[in-house]
Amino acid sequence: MRQLTRAESAALLVRRRRIDQAFGSLCLVAAVIAVTILFVLVGKLLADGASRIRPEFFTSFPMPKPEEAGILSSIAGSLWVMVLTLLITVPVGIAAAVYLEEFTTRKTRMTEFIQVNIANLSGVPSIVFGMLGLGVFVAVMDLKFSILAGALTMSILVLPMVILVSQEALKAVPRSYREASLAMGCTKWQAITKVVVPNAMGGILTGVILAGSRAIGETAPLIVVGAVGYVNFLPKSVHDRYTVLPLQIFDWITRPAAGFKPLAAAAIIVLVLALLLLNSVAIFIRARSQSKA
Amino acid sequence: MASVPESVSFGGRLPSFIGRRLTLRAGQELSARIVCFLCALACVLSTIGIVFILAKEAFTFFQAHSPVAFLTGTKWFPAADPPEYGVLPLICGTFLVTVVSGLVSIPLGLLVGVYLSEYAHFKVRKVLKPALELLAGIPSVVFGYLGLNLVTPLLQVFFPKIDATNALAGGIVVGIMTLPMVASLCQDAIAAVPKAMREAAYGLGSTKAEVTAKIVVPSALSGIVAAFILALSRAIGETMAVTIAAGATPKLTFNPAEEIQTMTAYIVNVSKGDVSRGSPEYQTIFAVGLTLFLLTLAMNLLAQRFVRRFRRGYA
Repeated sequence: MRQLTRAESAALLVRRRRIDQAFGSLCLVAAVIAVTILFVLVGKLLADGASRIRPEFFTSFPMPKPEEAGILSSIAGSLWVMVLTLLITVPVGIAAAVYLEEFTTRKTRMTEFIQVNIANLSGVPSIVFGMLGLGVFVAVMDLKFSILAGALTMSILVLPMVILVSQEALKAVPRSYREASLAMGCTKWQAITKVVVPNAMGGILTGVILAGSRAIGETAPLIVVGAVGYVNFLPKSVHDRYTVLPLQIFDWITRPAAGFKPLAAAAIIVLVLALLLLNSVAIFIRARSQSKA
Repeated sequence: MASVPESVSFGGRLPSFIGRRLTLRAGQELSARIVCFLCALACVLSTIGIVFILAKEAFTFFQAHSPVAFLTGTKWFPAADPPEYGVLPLICGTFLVTVVSGLVSIPLGLLVGVYLSEYAHFKVRKVLKPALELLAGIPSVVFGYLGLNLVTPLLQVFFPKIDATNALAGGIVVGIMTLPMVASLCQDAIAAVPKAMREAAYGLGSTKAEVTAKIVVPSALSGIVAAFILALSRAIGETMAVTIAAGATPKLTFNPAEEIQTMTAYIVNVSKGDVSRGSPEYQTIFAVGLTLFLLTLAMNLLAQRFVRRFRRGYA
């Protein structure tokens, strides 16, 4: 290899520096683009829908005339579905996490198998869960197109997430806590219910809130299990038919009449704000439980 | 726990009810264990349930219609008389959307991941990470609205002939949806590369760009590839955004400016009307669902394999 002359190597150095700077700016530009996209999206939603957010929007049913329509029935449906989903999935999810983290001290073939299952389930498209719900809850269990069928479907959808987050939270509880309570004469179950789970509560709650926000935001599986876009009554029991906020949005988006577009945008603003609120509560709890530990 | 001091007051001899209480406790212990085990089994049961339901209904469908014709047919007109059940147009629609979304999410996500891990000041990271999480938390139906009312009008400025709903807009919004996931997984993979490797490269006189592009990213490659595959797999399963923004016309085309229909959008459109159980349409959504499930499962397993390879390298 020929040795570079002084001028050549200086030129090479300049070029390498230039490439270095260009690459750095490229990465920065990508990050700026990502943030800009977020701002543009939010700006577009506010521009389209903010004017429609009035008190009556929250207190009226989805009328055929866009000027009078509101999101009362869809908010009620979303709350029903979210609360029921959490009631089903939280105990089951925590118990499953406790089994995987506390009762099985070493990896057996069974726990390995369950773990692989959970990992694969969280990658299954949400609409496939809807088809499971259609086949099992709607048809075989004959729950028809009820809130209960929707909530059960949604529970299975968010279950892997609740288990994974709870497992992480249980893992973070120091081993010495368990050993101390066992040494005091607690049974394993007492150690779990009175020491380990209470100490993991911060992390578990974060998972619960994230599961709740997922349950509010998902639409596709509920369409498959028979939620409808247009409901002008408030559901009174778990056997009633229902709509949810994202489905109401979907219904308004797909209507050709012009007046429904701002309605959809307004409902989206409400939905995103609700999710934002839930997520900030989750972040707050996470920060507090971290500072305590 | 309260029973322990109680026993002390009885002196040395252990009264019989404590013995009973201990067996009761052992029983409690066992039943708690069994209940927890059953809850953990719920996940396995739902996997079995998914496979069973999809396979059962799809089997009924395939008894009446040949699977070969289903997989190789180029026309999808389930409502026509006679109906045509060739799934290729739906797969093609899904493929188009997925490719477009990958073109958005993969380069952008990788660069943002590199930026987050290698370049960003921790204060910038503190702002950028929540912003990305916010973007990731926006529901799919919202992206559908934006694809239809923001992205398509913008595209119409450049391509006036583009359809009102089109694969390009659908793909772009799905790409934006999956961007935070790619960025965060790439960041994790890159951050896991040992510092010593970077320092060795710096010691030989490399610039930061050279270290990043020639040492760090290639070392984290299997983790990064796993992130890409997961993003594509999510794009395949993505439903509401593509139902709204990409259209409802099954078409065998590779032109992203046209209206298409994805597998997921077909399932939604059939489910929107009340499908009666056992009707041919009811069975088609399960046949399509099975195809979708197998496709995403294969991709997720592939991604897991890459992640394992990555872990073997550094953990």
